[in-house]
Amino acid sequence: MSTVVTQQVDEVKSTPWSGGRSPFNVEYGKMMMWFFLLSDAFTFSSLLISYGALRFSAPVWPTPSLVFQSFPGLIEKDAPLVFVGLMTLILILSSVTMVLAVEAGHRNAKKEVVTWMLLTVVGGLMFLGCQALEWNHLYHEGFWWSKIPNKETLQEFFKPGVPLSQQQMSSHQFANLFFTITGFHGFHVFSGVVINIIITINVLIGTYAKRGSYLMIEKVGLYWHFVDLVWVFVFTFFYLV
Amino acid sequence: MSSETATIHHDDAAHGEHEGMTKKRILNVFYILLGITAVEFFVALVIAPKHPGALWINPIYIVLTLVKAFYIIAYFMHLKFEKMGLIMAIVLPVLFIIGLILVLTNESHYWIELRRALSSLL
Repeated sequence: MSTVVTQQVDEVKSTPWSGGRSPFNVEYGKMMMWFFLLSDAFTFSSLLISYGALRFSAPVWPTPSLVFQSFPGLIEKDAPLVFVGLMTLILILSSVTMVLAVEAGHRNAKKEVVTWMLLTVVGGLMFLGCQALEWNHLYHEGFWWSKIPNKETLQEFFKPGVPLSQQQMSSHQFANLFFTITGFHGFHVFSGVVINIIITINVLIGTYAKRGSYLMIEKVGLYWHFVDLVWVFVFTFFYLV
Repeated sequence: MSSETATIHHDDAAHGEHEGMTKKRILNVFYILLGITAVEFFVALVIAPKHPGALWINPIYIVLTLVKAFYIIAYFMHLKFEKMGLIMAIVLPVLFIIGLILVLTNESHYWIELRRALSSLL
């Protein structure tokens, strides 16, 4: 009788949480990347939720389809969402090339990894270029941190009959929030491009071939997809809503 | 002993990460993301101008955005194929974000009322 009990007690449990191994079953760096991204998600949420709160409490707000209605360099007016649509497409496409780089990494196909990584870098740079054009356009209309256009230009962004004082107040809030949030996102894209370039160089000199695993591509991939993810929200809350 | 367990873990991890994404699946997710963005554009450019001031337009955008976020996180970031423990460790803290949204919507509602009350005094 007593032997049976001992056997039951000594039986080794093999559930994920019974100790001796990581219940998450991922490599340390990859897990830390996930937790970093979680903290970054909190930062971006705080910014976007403050934007939402200020906009929701404002009596008026500049109409997005009137503020963002140009395609810098090509179309001056009446093309709402076209330019930002292009930016969204570029970022989603560069996310796709990033997954393809990860997929090639699983097959240890070094040349393919390099090709897809370079395309991802190009996509990131194109997005940054578009954002520079967009900022430049708004800057020349008169928007900047705590700067707004003159009365006549401002009138174009509101429905007729809105008092000037209300136009000016909400435009100030809009300008500050727009440049801060898209700027913070753009800085993430920029650092993502720099990290992607460093990792591509590492692939080229054979660091990961020697290591026998292209797991690092997955880690930078997570960061890059997160940048895309944030843009999905910025796009909705600044350009659509 | 410890080095032995370490190698076992490494093998486990390597096996787990090979599941999930093939080229075909990657392209499928891309088409879904592209399709949802196209729907958002259709709503913004065609449907919304016909219904000025409609309250049901913004919820459409938000739901579609959350669907896109799900596909990016689950498939591109591969979270769907990770261990349940990791999925919960990443997804559950998002409840705090929902909490902040509720708190600040409540707050801005209060600001609107305050502004109304003040403007009627002036």
